[in-house]
Amino acid sequence: MTNLILIIVTAALVNNVVLSQFLGICSFVGVSNQIKTSASLGGAVIFVLTIASAVAYLLYTFILAPLGLDYLQTIVFILVIAALVQLVEMFLKKTSPGLYKALGIFLPLITTNCAVLGVALNNVTDGYNFIESVINGFGTAVGYTIAIVLLAGIRERIDNADVPEPIKGAPMVLFCAALMGMAFFGFSSISIG
Amino acid sequence: MNANMERIYNGVVKENPTFIMMLGMCPTLAVTTSVTNAIGMGLSTMVVLVMSNLIISLVRKLIPDEVRLPAFIVIVASMVTVVQLIMQAYFLEINNALGVYIPLIVVNCIILGRAEAYASKNPPLLSVMDGIGMGLGFTWGLLLLSAFRELFGAGTLMGYQVMPAFYQPIDMLVRAPGAFLVLAFIIMVMNAWGISNKGKEFVGEGEGAGCAGCAMADTCLVKKEVK
Repeated sequence: MTNLILIIVTAALVNNVVLSQFLGICSFVGVSNQIKTSASLGGAVIFVLTIASAVAYLLYTFILAPLGLDYLQTIVFILVIAALVQLVEMFLKKTSPGLYKALGIFLPLITTNCAVLGVALNNVTDGYNFIESVINGFGTAVGYTIAIVLLAGIRERIDNADVPEPIKGAPMVLFCAALMGMAFFGFSSISIG
Repeated sequence: MNANMERIYNGVVKENPTFIMMLGMCPTLAVTTSVTNAIGMGLSTMVVLVMSNLIISLVRKLIPDEVRLPAFIVIVASMVTVVQLIMQAYFLEINNALGVYIPLIVVNCIILGRAEAYASKNPPLLSVMDGIGMGLGFTWGLLLLSAFRELFGAGTLMGYQVMPAFYQPIDMLVRAPGAFLVLAFIIMVMNAWGISNKGKEFVGEGEGAGCAGCAMADTCLVKKEVK
């Protein structure tokens, strides 16, 4: 149990997927102008990343590894993630229109979100078992959501501030991200026994 | 200037993927801790880009329009696997240093973006030139960022001590926040000189909100929603 909690805390805060591993930067910078949209995107990422970790683990352990095809993991994972996202989209549309309305538009974007592929590959490299992989995927996605919602909060405030012309836009967002990254450094010193 | 040279100029200067288009941010920020890593990443991306551009351009008339994106992804992923195996065989040290970012070349927007925007509409030779130009543009973008970070963050360049002994390295620059900080400074300077203005578009303050230049931009509904 302690082990699983440790994985969640590590994935979400200490090794934050955006601020220390730089995965999913495109959407982190591009879709963070409002807290509401950021939170929906975060929700969609949590949803997809958790399922994708589970599916990628099963595929790798029961099909790729026994057949000695582990060098094909990149191709297989990206295709499975793309197909999975389509399936999730169709499934949500049928069964839960409310959820689809909130998360649906973000789903195509997540296919090319490197966080999803990155976590699937990292799970294999780190040798996690099934439960650990799913927990790691979930924790990583929670970390992503925390980071993007915090950044959106900061950006909503900055909208009212008088920012010098050359810093407007991308540089301002990157400066905010740098400061957040420094703050997240604090988490690397926590210990859970 | 003939059409081939124009492609290279376009990639290196006019539509530079790192500074002007702001594509492929993940590797740009992640691997620029040292010049060696940056060169390794830039060149492997360039090889993938050239090969995938060539193949996609050759088969561009065979792929039905509706399934072109999945088809491109398969081609790009195959090329990345080839490059990864070559790296593991001959450049193990760089491969280990770059780690997961080598397979992640698959989701680098530059590659899918060039496939969609250029290679799927143009003949093979021009597409290869486009790949070389974009690859060089990406490599020098990484090089500039990494030279700055390694020189001031560790006092070295390609592992050799460059700064005088009394220089106290700014350790933070080679850590995670330093990447954001240095890129922010570079884009700020470029904005001030009026070289780049894509940055605003990229973060949704200009015309097309969010992810400007992304390969999925047309299919992606986020763009319209955020607007």
